[in-house]
Amino acid sequence: MYLVPSLIMFGCGIYGFITRKNMIAILISLELMLNSVDINFAVFNRYLFPNQMDGMFFALFAIAIAAAETAIALAIVINVFRIAKKVDINQISKLKF
Amino acid sequence: MESVGNIILYFIIALAIIVFSVLAVTTRKILRSATYLLFVLFATALVYFQLDFEFLGAVQIAVYAGGILVLFVFAIMLTQKPGKEAEPLTSQKRVMGISAAVAGVAVCSYALFSYGQFCAQKLLPAGDYSIEQIGKALLNSDKFGLLLPFEAVSVLLLACIIGGVVVARRR
Repeated sequence: MYLVPSLIMFGCGIYGFITRKNMIAILISLELMLNSVDINFAVFNRYLFPNQMDGMFFALFAIAIAAAETAIALAIVINVFRIAKKVDINQISKLKF
Repeated sequence: MESVGNIILYFIIALAIIVFSVLAVTTRKILRSATYLLFVLFATALVYFQLDFEFLGAVQIAVYAGGILVLFVFAIMLTQKPGKEAEPLTSQKRVMGISAAVAGVAVCSYALFSYGQFCAQKLLPAGDYSIEQIGKALLNSDKFGLLLPFEAVSVLLLACIIGGVVVARRR
């Protein structure tokens, strides 16, 4: 039952990831997608194998890795903003300044 | 999913997730987008509590709602003037995004509803998800133990700390 909102959350993540221009908004869409995958891990674990916890551990490690990834990505965004004074991806066309 | 209260709570959670995730990707102000993301994360934590994964729900609230959202708000405040709206989308990009999202959702929902009996399945009685079992499984080095990924994540977090300092340092 919980797979339906998770599916719609993933679709919203795809839409936002493609249409957004601000890098932080793209990261927010990415968080939505990662979250829906975590819900799927927990739901499949709970409904199919309720005596084991492997899906829950997958979700746990996914949360930890998503936190690390977001921290690094925001550090990169702030660094790019400090150098280029922009955060929109259509205005940042150079890799090196 | 037996009692009426659980079903009502399911619909509230599903509605909150759908509405707030749509709002989070369509609103023009980025700080509002982060706030809607916070509501989506709280609803996700409620899903975990409904599935009897209390520890996972607590981790979701502590790490996502407590940590990542604060990082997002800091980054938004540092890089944007408050109240600034994003420029409107071009129709070509919107068509591309909607078609990609609809295609993905259509494929996944076909796979989901062709196994329709899984959607209507009753929740089996919960196993032992106590904190003691979680700790034993995480720090166990036998065949099904998770000691190696646990230590790998700790090394990853150390690398993330050092990387964050190196990337964001003023040179």
